[in-house]
Amino acid sequence: MMITFMNSSDSEEEACNERTSLISVESPPAASYQDGLQAPEAAETQTYRKRRTGGSCSPSDADGSNSDSGIPVRDIAVDNKEEELTLKYGAKHVIMLFVPVTLCMIVVVATIKSVRFYTEKNGQLIYTPFSEDTPSVGQRLLNSVLNTIIMISVIIVMTVFLVVLYKYRCYKFIHGWLILSSLMLLFLFTYIYLGEVLKTYNVAMDYLTLFFVIWNFGAVGMICIHWKGPLHLQQAYLIMISALMALVFIKYLPEWSAWVILGAISIYDLIAVLCPRGPLRMLVETAQERNEPIFPALIYSSAMVWTVGMAKQDAASRVLTQQTWDSGGVKLGLGDFIFYSVLVGKAAATASGDWNTTLACFVAILIGLCLTLLLLAVFKKALPALPISITFGLVFYFSTDNLVRPFMDTLASHQLYI
Amino acid sequence: MSLAVFFGCTFIAFGPALGLVLFTVVRDPLRIIILIAGAFFWLVSLLLSSLVWFIAVKASDPRDEPLQKGLLIFGVLFSVLLQEAFRFLYYKLLRKAIEGLVALSEDGCSPISIQQMAYVAGLGFGLMSGAFSMINLLADALGPGTVGIHGDSQLYFLTSAFMTMVMIFLHTFWGILFFHGCETQHWWEMVAVILTHLIVSGSTFWNPLYVGSLVPSYLLMFATAAWAYVLSGGCTRNLLQSLRGQQSETSPQPGS
Repeated sequence: MMITFMNSSDSEEEACNERTSLISVESPPAASYQDGLQAPEAAETQTYRKRRTGGSCSPSDADGSNSDSGIPVRDIAVDNKEEELTLKYGAKHVIMLFVPVTLCMIVVVATIKSVRFYTEKNGQLIYTPFSEDTPSVGQRLLNSVLNTIIMISVIIVMTVFLVVLYKYRCYKFIHGWLILSSLMLLFLFTYIYLGEVLKTYNVAMDYLTLFFVIWNFGAVGMICIHWKGPLHLQQAYLIMISALMALVFIKYLPEWSAWVILGAISIYDLIAVLCPRGPLRMLVETAQERNEPIFPALIYSSAMVWTVGMAKQDAASRVLTQQTWDSGGVKLGLGDFIFYSVLVGKAAATASGDWNTTLACFVAILIGLCLTLLLLAVFKKALPALPISITFGLVFYFSTDNLVRPFMDTLASHQLYI
Repeated sequence: MSLAVFFGCTFIAFGPALGLVLFTVVRDPLRIIILIAGAFFWLVSLLLSSLVWFIAVKASDPRDEPLQKGLLIFGVLFSVLLQEAFRFLYYKLLRKAIEGLVALSEDGCSPISIQQMAYVAGLGFGLMSGAFSMINLLADALGPGTVGIHGDSQLYFLTSAFMTMVMIFLHTFWGILFFHGCETQHWWEMVAVILTHLIVSGSTFWNPLYVGSLVPSYLLMFATAAWAYVLSGGCTRNLLQSLRGQQSETSPQPGS
């Protein structure tokens, strides 16, 4: 079952294209306007709308493609005014991403700290076959590196497979894959999660209530994610499924392998998005060429509603532009959410009961995200969202756990303040 | 201990800061970013000072008690100086950021002033400093145990909470003072901040004799608060008017 789950949940490598019609999935129908409106007068709104952060479109999955596919912003008219608009709203975009990332991390950390199930060792995924139970350090290191190589190879194979599927327009296959994976996440994993939470708090629930709750949760989730639904509800569901995926990773990845995998994924992300022959970049470019909407449910969109009043001579075009402001918002792939939460969750699970390490990793990841968005505003092209944040997170995890913790503990025992 | 201790200490330590954040920072995305970046800078300074202390401890004899105590004192002093150095670095970064914001704005003025940035930066430093001092204590407060059962002070949690609160306030005011000193080239303000910080940290060496640490810290906090208020353009008339709930016609620009 793990295999099928992994296979299906992988789906996420979708084309993140900056078409506003992407946003149409969760926003009012104005998006369809955008396709035709490449006119200069709409440029101001459109550039804002098209801005997208590099985000991985796939939830991190064992076989999934979890790199970030950033969408290059289409420079319709590089107006000074546009620059101001985009940069003035840049801070707002950053906060629009801070909030969901923070929420996802809070859910994961709260679960890790309270529900014992997710910190118990209970077997490993088949993607990390080498066990870390060896006595010697060298052997353990070797095993974790081998695990990482296998995991990353699986991810590369799945990404390439997805790119090939997309190139040859096997949309039904991809859609089926996506739907199967979200079904698995929304029903099976929610059921397991709910069961463990109830066990932790020793609350009894009869099967009838359980069925009712899970059925409603899952069905509404499927509708919100794959079809239409209120934006905030869809965002909430995306955050929840990212948290569930992250918890699965935290549970089933062995210690050292998890850290090495996090590092390797960031490097892969960098290569896949920025290299000319990288799979994600090809995916993005193909989607752009075809002007197709992205697959829903793999990207978190923080669509923001705002109108731009413009003094247009043409009444008709004014109507058009006012209807098409659509939100620009920023989009971040679910894979980024998942890996950020894996890092912070692992820090919470393994840092010897220390909350300082978790807090340090959290701040490091947020600052990394901020820097990535700054780079996006400067370079205006697709950027991977994992490398900077994960690097900061890893650096801060290891240094806080090994250097800061003894210092702070000594200070606290003497009640000294710095 | 109990939930009462946990909630009590949490709100003593972080209540005022939470109020400040909720009422002045949360509405503006730029301020939130400056807050978190300030926390990050404090964290980096802590990391570097812990590194230095760690190397010193590892290179020395762990059984030599006076030496370890001396190294701890050195660690604290070095950490204080490094924090102030990073405050200066953060000032430089924010100065550049303001120039960038001015260049990009439509009307040639930045959406946020350096005084507001100073306040938020100080608050960020303070929050991170307080969080690192207090969070592990709060987590322990939720678990079982008796405070001071081995003869230590029974007021440990309470005094820690009060000390954390005063540190958060102090960092905020130091931020305002320091940035003002940097802006107007009044080096004595920067020196005052460094000296006060050293005094406050040094006074905590008197713990568990809490009179020696809490009282001077609070007095210094009120003094720096008054100084920061005056530097931000406040005067007693405005203070009295705001206390009476009146709008003052000649209100200076506190930058908010």
